[in-house]
Amino acid sequence: MMIFFWAFVVGGAICVIGQLLLDVLKLNPGQTLTILVVSGAILDGFGLYEPLIDFAGAGATVPITSFGNSLVHGAMAEAETHGLVGVVTGMFEVTSAGISAAIIFGVIGALIFKPKG
Amino acid sequence: MLTGHQTWVFNNKPVIISTGTVGGPFEANGNIPNDFDLLHDDMWLKQDSFEKAQQTLMEEACQTAVKKSSIEKEQVQFFISGDLINQITPTSFAAKTIGIPYFGLFNACATSMESLALSAMIINAKGANYILSGTSSHNAAAEKQFRYPTEYGGQKPPTAQWTVTGAGCALVAQDGQGPKITSATIGKIIDMGITDPFNMGGAMAPAAVHTIETHFKERNIDPSYYDLIITGDLGHIGREISLDLLKKRGLSIQENQYVDCGLTIYREGQPVLAGASGPACSAVVTYGHFLNRMKKGDLHRILVVATGALHSPLSIQQNDPIPCIAHAVSIESGSDV
Repeated sequence: MMIFFWAFVVGGAICVIGQLLLDVLKLNPGQTLTILVVSGAILDGFGLYEPLIDFAGAGATVPITSFGNSLVHGAMAEAETHGLVGVVTGMFEVTSAGISAAIIFGVIGALIFKPKG
Repeated sequence: MLTGHQTWVFNNKPVIISTGTVGGPFEANGNIPNDFDLLHDDMWLKQDSFEKAQQTLMEEACQTAVKKSSIEKEQVQFFISGDLINQITPTSFAAKTIGIPYFGLFNACATSMESLALSAMIINAKGANYILSGTSSHNAAAEKQFRYPTEYGGQKPPTAQWTVTGAGCALVAQDGQGPKITSATIGKIIDMGITDPFNMGGAMAPAAVHTIETHFKERNIDPSYYDLIITGDLGHIGREISLDLLKKRGLSIQENQYVDCGLTIYREGQPVLAGASGPACSAVVTYGHFLNRMKKGDLHRILVVATGALHSPLSIQQNDPIPCIAHAVSIESGSDV
């Protein structure tokens, strides 16, 4: 039961950080997104993001910081088996589902609606 | 004629013989739908881009103004107009369709009163018999140019404003029936160093106050001369700031005498954050709502102060402050001037 509580608290806290970046530091959404992704990547570089996932579950996997974590995680895992080349091939291994989904649903959306912003 | 340093008093009293106002679906659902001549239920207006839709809005506003008058389009000497989009192309394409000599202006949301002041000046000097003066904006076209990629759905702070989809046009003549343009005060750029394009009301308020104060000083009249002092698109934030500043400057303007087009056009509950904005905002609300009230006899003298934030997406990216301007035009009902 406690995992629900911590998912709520940790996920909410990451979103609060994002909101503060937007409102207090007056960053634009692109900058905010990049900072959160890079932070997730750096945390995983120090091996800190996986424990956070164990602790808070979806509270840590749903926010965009998890994407940075996945990029580094895939690259490190592949690097262990294939060396430097693995860094390149592994980066999108864990994240491929998210990226592919974005492309596929983007195309479907574009076919149904007028994709002119 | 020139009175003081930046005010024109029009002795020959140019007349607004007719107006044309066009709006989109959001405006149709707003506070003053009956003050529009034409309302559309589709943002695209059957065009294949939002910019072309904006062009259509401008064309329709001009055509409506001419149709409501007793003159033909060929009798009109000039079309004086502008808009927000890069190099004012929607206006220029509309000018191609309308097919009369054209002055293109850019003063962002202050373009409405800039064009009305210049039209009145030319008519007053007998440089033309009839001039079409107007401006347009389109919510989605403006969002595309000034905000993030709209698909991104970036969050907006509560100080942000909603660009009006519409076009307003006035047909100004040497004589005839209708409200008279009696004076205009041309504003200068006021730059208080504000760099946040999501708080344009706050950025523009000092410009509005400067122009209002100058207008009263140079015409040597008191704010009580006007039934209403109407600002263009200051919204909730800008209105409060400007009221404070006006009080500090010693101008006694009553709260109910001081209204904002950006707070008039939409209903409570429409998600417009701090209020409406866009060149069409002051144009449609003045030429539709307030001139209708003047025709009904509700209002006799109004001062319209259109405010403009003259930044570009590039100047914001380069962290430049927002240069702001306000132009004031006084309009008085035909009976008492």
